[in-house]
Amino acid sequence: MIQLTDIHKSYTVGNKQVQALKGVTLNVEKGQIFGVIGFSGAGKSTLLRTINLLEKPTSGSVVVNGQNMLSLKEKDLRNARKKIGIIFQHFNLLSSYNVFDNVAEILRMNRVPKDVIKKKVEDLLRLVGLEDKANSYPSQLSGGQKQRVGIARALATDPEILLCDEATSALDPQTTESILELLLDINRKFNLTIVLITHEMQVIKKICDNVAIMENGVVIEQGSVLDIFSNPQQQTTKNFIKTIFDDNVPSEIVDNIKQSGPAAKILRVAFRGDAALDPVLGTLSARFPVSTNLLYGSITSIKGTALGILLLHISGEEKDVEAGIQFLRDSVYNVDIVSREGGSN
Amino acid sequence: MERLAEMIPVFGQSLQETIIMVGFSLVIATLVGIPLGILLVITQGNHLFPNKWIYHTLNTIINVVRSLPFIILMVAIIPFTELIVGTSIGIEGAIVPLIVYTAPYISRLMETALHDVDRGVIEAYQAMGASRTQIIFRIMLREARPGIVLCLTIATIGLIGATAMAGAVGAGGLGDLALRYGYQSWDIEVMVITVVILVVLVQLIQSLGNWAARKLKKSS
Ligand SMILES: Nc1ncnc2c1ncn2[C@@H]1O[C@H](COP(=O)(O)OP(=O)(O)OP(=O)(O)O)[C@@H](O)[C@H]1O
Ligand SMILES: [Mg+2]
Repeated sequence: MIQLTDIHKSYTVGNKQVQALKGVTLNVEKGQIFGVIGFSGAGKSTLLRTINLLEKPTSGSVVVNGQNMLSLKEKDLRNARKKIGIIFQHFNLLSSYNVFDNVAEILRMNRVPKDVIKKKVEDLLRLVGLEDKANSYPSQLSGGQKQRVGIARALATDPEILLCDEATSALDPQTTESILELLLDINRKFNLTIVLITHEMQVIKKICDNVAIMENGVVIEQGSVLDIFSNPQQQTTKNFIKTIFDDNVPSEIVDNIKQSGPAAKILRVAFRGDAALDPVLGTLSARFPVSTNLLYGSITSIKGTALGILLLHISGEEKDVEAGIQFLRDSVYNVDIVSREGGSN
Repeated sequence: MERLAEMIPVFGQSLQETIIMVGFSLVIATLVGIPLGILLVITQGNHLFPNKWIYHTLNTIINVVRSLPFIILMVAIIPFTELIVGTSIGIEGAIVPLIVYTAPYISRLMETALHDVDRGVIEAYQAMGASRTQIIFRIMLREARPGIVLCLTIATIGLIGATAMAGAVGAGGLGDLALRYGYQSWDIEVMVITVVILVVLVQLIQSLGNWAARKLKKSS
């Protein structure tokens, strides 16, 4: 649905060059919810805005729905954009129009007949749960309600893609939750492809299928959310995941483990909901002369699939520990050795 | 007091002349100033129609005109005024410099009003595939309405001040009245009454403008 290939973007500020994107390649499938996460200034907004060419890349190719966006004439680009909705952190609603007109205006611009507009806007307002607010002005709405208007407006042109630039960053956790529910709902109802950027791992965890982690203008890691959560490779990714699984091992414990023998290790074990964990741990201690000790355990749902993370302290003879780890590797989703010499990660 | 009663038609006449001059120049200056104000905004760096050349030319001309006091501008463009209306005195003779004086002022104020339209909103409509003309006329001008009303209010008040000076070319109006009776004949009463009328007029216009802007501003 969306193919971004080797996107570079630099800005000239004064006489300095700022490289916002340094060769980003992404592929978003139809019907996916694709999340992009990164710290402030990583280049997320710039990347999102190259999809509808609000930002023209310095080099690289942008293909949306089979169309090479960079080769389109102004008029064709405008038509292509009608199929790409967008919502913003600060909503960007028209303050001089009421809710109905905020949604209707783009349809009027597209010369849609009046009665069709009326029906369409009413349907959309019902979809986002604002049917009783049609005559209110944006200033009379809460943040969550404003974002609902934004979503209704973005859907007015029947887009196939919805871009969300930190759509929930200005909202409190509960409102965020309800907006994410709504996005998930429309993703399923209309098989709408959604690309959303955020700096909250919660958002990714809750609704995304795939995720890309950005840092300094490059994607440092990408894949399915379940894979990334189970087996993160990059430090930044690990840090983001720590906001959900706070599995830092206190240093006193690490010191204790150091003293319990050279073969002692701390393992980060990721298991999925379907893997029966109890028998695995039981078998481990029955079959191998090792002692295990649970340091941390947490389970969370990632878009419907349960993902558990355990920190396990394992000790014993070196060869037994190795064999035990191998057994675990064969039995659960992923095993990472957090500390070899007992140092905390 | 009796003499003042006699003066009422004179005040009425002057007020009428002021209103004609202000009204006429305001309409034309607005028709010229608003498009120029739009141009000033959309030709800037990363706006809808970036064009350095148009922007800098316009910007310079407006700055030059705006730096001249009205009385000097009026004298300086006498040949132009004569070319346009055939005379440089009387009401017609005053209206041309009043327009030349006010149009750049309005375009500057318009620039500010249009600049206040949230870039994010403009971007939202660009992203939805609206054309640039649609964005100017259906988004920017509409969103800026409260600002535009205030801008025209300020311009009107500025025009009243300039009109008073136009008395110097025998254009009539309240300024001329104050000048003739007050300055030349030292008739304090007439001068005071003229001042009072001017103050009331300005107050009325400002209040009307504020009220209209508030009406239009459904937000905040
Ligand atoms: N119009 C611009 N002119 C100059 N530099 C820009 C411009 N837009 C973005 N940048 C720079 O590009 C880099 C990436 O910016 P971007 O807005 O994409 O980051 P972001 O990941 O969205 O951050 P945030 O989470 O704060 O929104 C930053 O260093 C920023 O300063
Ligand atoms: Mg951003």
